[in-house]
Amino acid sequence: MEERGNVVFLEPDYAVTGRVRAVSGISPELCYQCRKCTSGCPLTFAMDYYPDQIVRYLLMGLEDKVLSSATIWVCSSCETCTTRCPNDIDIAGLMDYLKQQAHARGLVRPKENLSYAFHKAFLDDIGRRGRVFETGLLQRYMLSSGAWKAKLSDGTLWEEVRLGLALLRRGRLPLRPRGIRNAHEVSHLFEKPPASSENTMQSSAS
Amino acid sequence: MPTVGYYPGCSLEGTARDYAASIEGVCGRLGIDLVELDDWSCCGATAAHSLDHDLAIALPARNLILAQQQGLEDLTAPCALCFNRLKAAEKALQKKASQDPSAGQGATVRVWDLVEYFSRPEILEEIERRVVRPLEGLRVVCYYGCMVNRPPKVTDAQAWENPTNMDRLVQAVGATALDWPFKTDCCGASHAVARPDLVTALVGKLFRRALDQGANCVVVSCQMCHANLDLYQERIAREQQLPLPLPVFYFTDLIGLALGEPSARDWIRRHMVDPEPLLASVGL
Repeated sequence: MEERGNVVFLEPDYAVTGRVRAVSGISPELCYQCRKCTSGCPLTFAMDYYPDQIVRYLLMGLEDKVLSSATIWVCSSCETCTTRCPNDIDIAGLMDYLKQQAHARGLVRPKENLSYAFHKAFLDDIGRRGRVFETGLLQRYMLSSGAWKAKLSDGTLWEEVRLGLALLRRGRLPLRPRGIRNAHEVSHLFEKPPASSENTMQSSAS
Repeated sequence: MPTVGYYPGCSLEGTARDYAASIEGVCGRLGIDLVELDDWSCCGATAAHSLDHDLAIALPARNLILAQQQGLEDLTAPCALCFNRLKAAEKALQKKASQDPSAGQGATVRVWDLVEYFSRPEILEEIERRVVRPLEGLRVVCYYGCMVNRPPKVTDAQAWENPTNMDRLVQAVGATALDWPFKTDCCGASHAVARPDLVTALVGKLFRRALDQGANCVVVSCQMCHANLDLYQERIAREQQLPLPLPVFYFTDLIGLALGEPSARDWIRRHMVDPEPLLASVGL
């Protein structure tokens, strides 16, 4: 993309939507920009680009722009857009695909993206025991993301400690994890060649 | 006594033990034999579908395969997200089975959202018949959240914009279910940990509307919705000048209370917002 004055010259890269379709089965090129997705999205107030803009940028081939956007991590996967899209585009699935790509290509880091840090800590926990142990997960998330520092400086850390104690008093904060007998069956599911989705992408693009 | 498979999910062993207690209590009372899926594992939740498409299917699919091996034809899931992920796996396994009948292990298990299971006519009638203390005076808004109904292609939901099955359950136990437009609006779900600012913004909107409708409590069926609505009310009231607290019940809490289940008072005592003052004010 080149900008000269108020005119933008685009060199669309149509291969991008082709790759999206090959990997995820989702066809963003069906979009006719009715913006129903954006109208129904509950989280637009926290997005840098609206969902319809994400789709449009993909059509233009501006992959880097969407992969580095805040929007894909702000999406809560509430599936309203997917449910209402008149052209049956799985927009929430598209957001997942973009998060998966950003993760597989190493474009996000836990310390810079708290949502990503949480997802990573969560998956690690599943791989470890087969089930998530919330108490331990929260601690690991706080440490791996560095979120405790921000929470300490704005005072919300103490609010959360108080909340934790209130849950403990109500018997809702177990202190010991309960794994499963066949945890190896679950950890086995995690074993696959690294960045496999990226490999799929390259092979389908070639 | 109907027998049904039960997939509690990770939260019900932890921060949502109060929900687990109410489900077990109500099922015991109604003679529903809950059979917990042996050695169940995490469904992968938002983390898996955000970072790894293969795990997002493989993790819940393991549980459906186990269910079939254990002879469970129906599997109920109280957590909306577990339900949604199990349904996604159900669809993937069915597709696999249609392509290669020898490969679709787990494809025949039917996954139920707990509200849908409880609102089956025979169970709904049984609940109505056993009510000993109608919950008159409770003016509730039913909050269904996202994942139980959307997307309908995955959930097989019949009414995804305006579901009514929880409303019917609440009315069956004598409470007044108020109509409101935010039944299926998002609470922010797992953003609660990393982006609590998003959750308090979304939940504040829900409360404002619930209060405008004249509700004196909210009823939910998902422990993630419950956590987001129940845990942060002090902060939300402060930041958004809302006249809270507003008690948040699980639908099973209300069934337990109406059926005269003595342990129901213990379940609700474990919520963050104490519902007792409300119950006392309406003579319950």
